[in-house]
Amino acid sequence: MYDLIVVGGGPAGLAAAVSAWDSGLRSILIVERDRELGGILNQCIHNGFGLTYFKEELTGPEYAHRFVELLGKTGVEVRTDTMVLDVTPDRKVHMTGPATGYRIEEARSVILAMGCRERTRGAIGTPGTRPAGVLTAGAAQRYVNVEGFMPGRRVVILGSGDIGLIMARRMTLEGARVLACVEVMPYSGGLTRNIVQCLEDFGIPLYLSHTVTDIRGDRRVEQVVVSRVDERRRPIPGTEMVFDCDTLLLSVGLIPETELNTRAGIELDPRTKGAVVYENMETSLPGVFTCGNVTHVHDLVDFVTQESQRAGAAAAKYVLGGAAAGEAIPLENGDAVSYTVPQRVRPGNVEKAVDVFFRVNRICGRSEIVVTAGERRLAAFKRDRLAPGEMEHITLPKALITGVTGAVTVSVKEAG
Amino acid sequence: MRELVCIVCPRGCHMKADDDLNVSGNLCPRGAAYAKAELTHPTRVVTSTVRLTGGTYPRCPVKTSAPIPKDRVADLMAALNGVEAAAPVHVGDVLVKDILSTGADLVVTREITEA
Repeated sequence: MYDLIVVGGGPAGLAAAVSAWDSGLRSILIVERDRELGGILNQCIHNGFGLTYFKEELTGPEYAHRFVELLGKTGVEVRTDTMVLDVTPDRKVHMTGPATGYRIEEARSVILAMGCRERTRGAIGTPGTRPAGVLTAGAAQRYVNVEGFMPGRRVVILGSGDIGLIMARRMTLEGARVLACVEVMPYSGGLTRNIVQCLEDFGIPLYLSHTVTDIRGDRRVEQVVVSRVDERRRPIPGTEMVFDCDTLLLSVGLIPETELNTRAGIELDPRTKGAVVYENMETSLPGVFTCGNVTHVHDLVDFVTQESQRAGAAAAKYVLGGAAAGEAIPLENGDAVSYTVPQRVRPGNVEKAVDVFFRVNRICGRSEIVVTAGERRLAAFKRDRLAPGEMEHITLPKALITGVTGAVTVSVKEAG
Repeated sequence: MRELVCIVCPRGCHMKADDDLNVSGNLCPRGAAYAKAELTHPTRVVTSTVRLTGGTYPRCPVKTSAPIPKDRVADLMAALNGVEAAAPVHVGDVLVKDILSTGADLVVTREITEA
């Protein structure tokens, strides 16, 4: 019987395991399906990681390496090349891998840190033929950065998420011609700095409020047709642009990989597509915690690390000190807010304050983030600008939410 | 007056700089430094990969240890085609000192073991 089994050895799982060790747990197992630890960071060879957490600019593999080194100083056990198939409500973890075969390990607590996967062509229903040369930006990133293959020479990118922007620069540096980055929304889903250093640096045009309306080609992509869309995201006839290209990269969103949650009967939030969590990252199953991109998709690994450290410490507290108690207040999203994490807060289990993460559903200029309980205004926070592509966070002191009955609502009010 | 977005950190401050390089809109001093550099001699840290022999992967990720002039980025990418590393490699290994006389070293960014 382990004190803690962590499912996933990416940045979330690594930080959670180290934190649980530092909080006093001594029998911890990380199960990772890849051959080595580090998760998706290993293929993110660009820099910009760690500015918040380490106060320096690291590449993805370097960031992962920092945590692998920290892990090496602990007694945490690691099983790579091993796939978790099931986590049961009584915390039996079913796994299989060539080294051990099929095994069932029991744990006093479990942390789900499986990360997310990319949305594919099927998920967005792009019309056209089915030639080779249509792939997700993350798959292209793996080919170029890890395997050493160039997936194409003339490229159109659909979606302006960060991976798409990063790959626009990467493909250009490796000698490909990136003809356009096409975004269906009127704003980019990526970080502003990536628009600047990945598109503008290389003169790659960004077409907002546009989408791909046809993919042409028999064995290989030959042309991609791009059309302007109206405010309801419907293509406008007569606005077609035809690009001669051999590759279409998709950067159209990430989805938490929650198959294990579903099989375990853990309550999911349709807004985040991850588990509903309490203030300590605990799911609806007592003793089962979750952190990182399987909980809600982050923009920055630094925030994944911080969230996962809280999950690790909470798992240790659960094992050593017993289950969290007390009534929970639901957190609800008001105007312009698309979700909050956590979704529920037990004030009795909050030490000093609770960090609430959320995204807005449209670009807001100078605004106030307002926290209310019924008619009562609990707190307000000023921001100069909020964008859907950049996760926001506020800190609610324990005193503020103690004694509140009913739901607490987070909303954004734009000035003027 | 020039408008620019800071790329130093993910906050992405929207800044303005006048002809005398007085910067406004930055939330930290690094933004002002970036704006001045960007308008006088823009630089970038370059990350890429080089060929790796004998390792568990065929490519070894690398970076320049410091920002290099933006107009040397293409030269650097061409130079990387001639660089080869041999496994095992470790984070921080210097593959080329003072690459292209930029003052920056080419360093390894990932641990890769022998196959």
